[in-house]
Amino acid sequence: MLLFCLSVEMGSTNSTLSKIPNVEELMQETGFTPAHIVRLYDRFEALDKEKTGHLRPQDFGAINRLAMNPIGDRIIGAFFSPGQETVDFHSFVRILAHFRPADKNRPKDPSMPEPVNNRTSKLKFAFQLYDQDKDGKISRAELLQVLRSMLEMQVTEEQLESIADRTIQEADLDKDDAISFEEFRKSLEKVNIDHKMSIRFLR
Amino acid sequence: MGLVVEGTALGAPQGSHPEPWVVGSNHSQAGGGHGSSISGIQIVTFKWHHVEAPYLIALWILVAGVSKMVVELNHSLTSVIPESALLICIGWILGGIIYGADKVQTFSLTPTVFFFYLLPQVILDAGYFMPNKLFFSNMGAILVYAVIGTCWNAATVGLSLWGCWLGGAMGDIDIGLLQFLLFGSLIAAVDPVAVIAVFEEVHVNEVLFIMVFGESLLNDGVTVVLFNVFDAFVSLGGAEIDAVEIIKGIISFFVVAFGGSLVGIIFALLISLLTRCTKNIQIIEPGFIFVLGYLSYLTAEMLSLSAILSIVFCGICCQKYINANMDERSVTTVRYVMKVIANGSETIIFVFLGISAIDPAIWVWNTGFILLTLLFIFVFRFIGVFLLTWILNKYRLVPLEFIDQVVMSYGGLRGAVAYGLVAMLDENKFNEKNLMVSTTLIVVYFTVMLQGITMKPLVTWLKVKRAAVTELTLAEKIQNRTFDHMLVAIEDISGQIGHNYMRDKWHNFEERWLCWFLMKPSARKSRDYIFNIFHQLNLKDAISYVKEGERRGSLAFVRNETKADVDFNKKFRANFSEIMPDIMADNMGPDHVPLSSILQDIVPSVCLDMHELDLKMRESEDFNAHHLLQQHLYRGRKQHRHRYSRSHLETNKDENEVQEIFERTMRSRLESFKSAKMGVAPAKKIQTKHQKKDKPQKMPNGNSTDKSKNHPYGDKDFEFSEGDSASGGEAAGGSFPMRAYRAEAGIVNPAFMAEMDPMDNMQQMQQIPHAALLPQTLTSFDP
Repeated sequence: MLLFCLSVEMGSTNSTLSKIPNVEELMQETGFTPAHIVRLYDRFEALDKEKTGHLRPQDFGAINRLAMNPIGDRIIGAFFSPGQETVDFHSFVRILAHFRPADKNRPKDPSMPEPVNNRTSKLKFAFQLYDQDKDGKISRAELLQVLRSMLEMQVTEEQLESIADRTIQEADLDKDDAISFEEFRKSLEKVNIDHKMSIRFLR
Repeated sequence: MGLVVEGTALGAPQGSHPEPWVVGSNHSQAGGGHGSSISGIQIVTFKWHHVEAPYLIALWILVAGVSKMVVELNHSLTSVIPESALLICIGWILGGIIYGADKVQTFSLTPTVFFFYLLPQVILDAGYFMPNKLFFSNMGAILVYAVIGTCWNAATVGLSLWGCWLGGAMGDIDIGLLQFLLFGSLIAAVDPVAVIAVFEEVHVNEVLFIMVFGESLLNDGVTVVLFNVFDAFVSLGGAEIDAVEIIKGIISFFVVAFGGSLVGIIFALLISLLTRCTKNIQIIEPGFIFVLGYLSYLTAEMLSLSAILSIVFCGICCQKYINANMDERSVTTVRYVMKVIANGSETIIFVFLGISAIDPAIWVWNTGFILLTLLFIFVFRFIGVFLLTWILNKYRLVPLEFIDQVVMSYGGLRGAVAYGLVAMLDENKFNEKNLMVSTTLIVVYFTVMLQGITMKPLVTWLKVKRAAVTELTLAEKIQNRTFDHMLVAIEDISGQIGHNYMRDKWHNFEERWLCWFLMKPSARKSRDYIFNIFHQLNLKDAISYVKEGERRGSLAFVRNETKADVDFNKKFRANFSEIMPDIMADNMGPDHVPLSSILQDIVPSVCLDMHELDLKMRESEDFNAHHLLQQHLYRGRKQHRHRYSRSHLETNKDENEVQEIFERTMRSRLESFKSAKMGVAPAKKIQTKHQKKDKPQKMPNGNSTDKSKNHPYGDKDFEFSEGDSASGGEAAGGSFPMRAYRAEAGIVNPAFMAEMDPMDNMQQMQQIPHAALLPQTLTSFDP
């Protein structure tokens, strides 16, 4: 019975894969296996209720649980490149690829572009969540915004500001009252990013 | 029989004993209470036998409770040695006292009392508080461990012991293969009572917990069958066993297991139906749950099906409906009473496990047998778990890691159920019954005490190897939390659970038919409480929006500062012991700071000037900032661990938090939507038209209607069901203007324009009679 299910799955995997354009390239770039791609494609289709082949913000918004996530809206925003109002399957997968656990055995190949799930890329993704105006720095205001969304409502504005100030103080090395990507990276050097930013099932 | 003096029937006739105090009479005569031949009126009489049975029962319950109190006096002790182990020790002491006084063990844990009066409530508690989603999504793995794992354990232990006996390691005992197999089957089962007791101290991740716990509950189906089958085989004698009998044995497994579950489900239906009609007798509503639960246990027992499975499924299946149907106070009552009796029973069980041991009559020591049993159950448990996990990991979405497997193997504790089963053996058939009893007791003590005590250090040791323990900076703390939220969000977006056709089908079926049948109509409506919040939120905002628009007479949008006055029921966070390091977290920083001390502090709301170099000031800033983070950061869903606990009732602070987050997200979306619509920028003509068209609609005729009812927001379980778009439905999440997350864009959102362009969309909007749910209107075009 199990084997039967598996074989059925294999069959449908291939047929689904053929529906996706440029699938080889996608797999190469992101490192996902065909099974993953298919699963993500099914998910994409399920989210894309109107079958346009693109996802819009409201499709993401329809996921209830995201509304219960303090930074849910930001994450949704991260899927959309600036100026883009829709996400196609390729971009969808590319963003999700950030969350793959790092391939430990991957040989370091300088000619290949940085894999999208290595530490730097992950950190960049996280950085972009804060840096909404994409100026390469997390300003105090931006930090405040994030903090506000992640702290309970009973925290007063002054308390928020004090936390933001302290945080910038700790991390800001060149004293420009903002956190650049390098400073961000440095402040997190002790954190196991791969562990914290990976979803096991995407392995 | 039972707790009372063995051999004395309950309610022994009076007059076999002590004298009444006779006042005004010269001699004592038997029959004090009867008044048959008395010489005068007795003012006070001592009627022990009149009350003996209930008195002893009540007294023992009291003693058990007091023992628990004694055990819990020293908190540092209980954090090292699990409570169950300490209770057993107290049992030994008490047993020693009784034995010393009576020269015979007058009290012990008899199977009847155990199986009929002590076990059912423990299991009902387990079933009622079971995290259903977790349970059913891991059902496959749990079944594998429960069925195949238990069979494996039984077979290997039984056969190995037999082999060793043949080899002469146990000396000369009168026992045979079948008896070994029987013994193996009863000692193989992981015990739910013991598992909870120990895992309560050791906080493990929820998947791991549900595996062990689920396994311990479901393996009863197997244990009962194996026990009965081998018992029958032993009675038949070895010669009668042929293929037919074996096949019958296998069939009986299915019958027992499924039959038991079916009985439980039927009773769950009964309970749900009953609570649907109990509106007028709310005061005794809770009683029904317990009585029917108990009846399900007894019914299954009567039909020789698996009673534990029955009561577990009864609890599992009815929880949702009774929680919805009953009055809130009844629900609270049920929850508390359930915990009280379960906890009480567990305490009594462990104390009596201790007392029962102090009885030289049952002790037969056979070093070989005992040591080999211990060895084999330990070793074969590990092998079994690792083997099965290796197979399972090939099919699981989220594989079980090495450390999980170690904990699972190590956590395979045996407990009172094994003891109860072994005490039920017939000594005429089993000549070595006492040997088995002794061994079982030793096994139970070993697992509960030794493994219980060493579990926590083992876990800590294994865990610490992966994480460095350092003080975290603010940035790291914030970032860690951000990562948690991020992961949860990505999991949700990528649909971790995957589209399971069957599961969706089940959900639809359940929503349409079961809820209609089993829930009160009013309960069905109010289940949608998120929708309620949102509805209120929108109502307010819609009203103020309209007012504002009218007042200003322009399209300028004023940010709505007022808080929605939804009742959040913020409960005071008294219980800080919940914040404990768990097996997966790397974050071991100031979680260890005793927060109870901080609790009393009032955080000054003075604006702290960053440039002040006063060190002392800086320290307190630091402290305050860390403290603020500690207290007020939203916990991610990963940390909303549904911790099943025998002794703590979770207050729903997770729900409050989720409620708050949801509300804020909705507000911000709503506001961006509004501001986008209003257009801070030059209003296009279309926009204005839309404005005017929309206004009348936003008149709050607030009741949101069936549109939202189509969409189940999920259970009142702390986790909202995967009511994400996959299961179809308009969600309140709706329209998602980019503005919500793009920083101060003062521009009209093109995404909106795209939506608004098609005029017919707007037409449709007009026709939709329901109100102001702006985001909803945009997505819920249901042609």
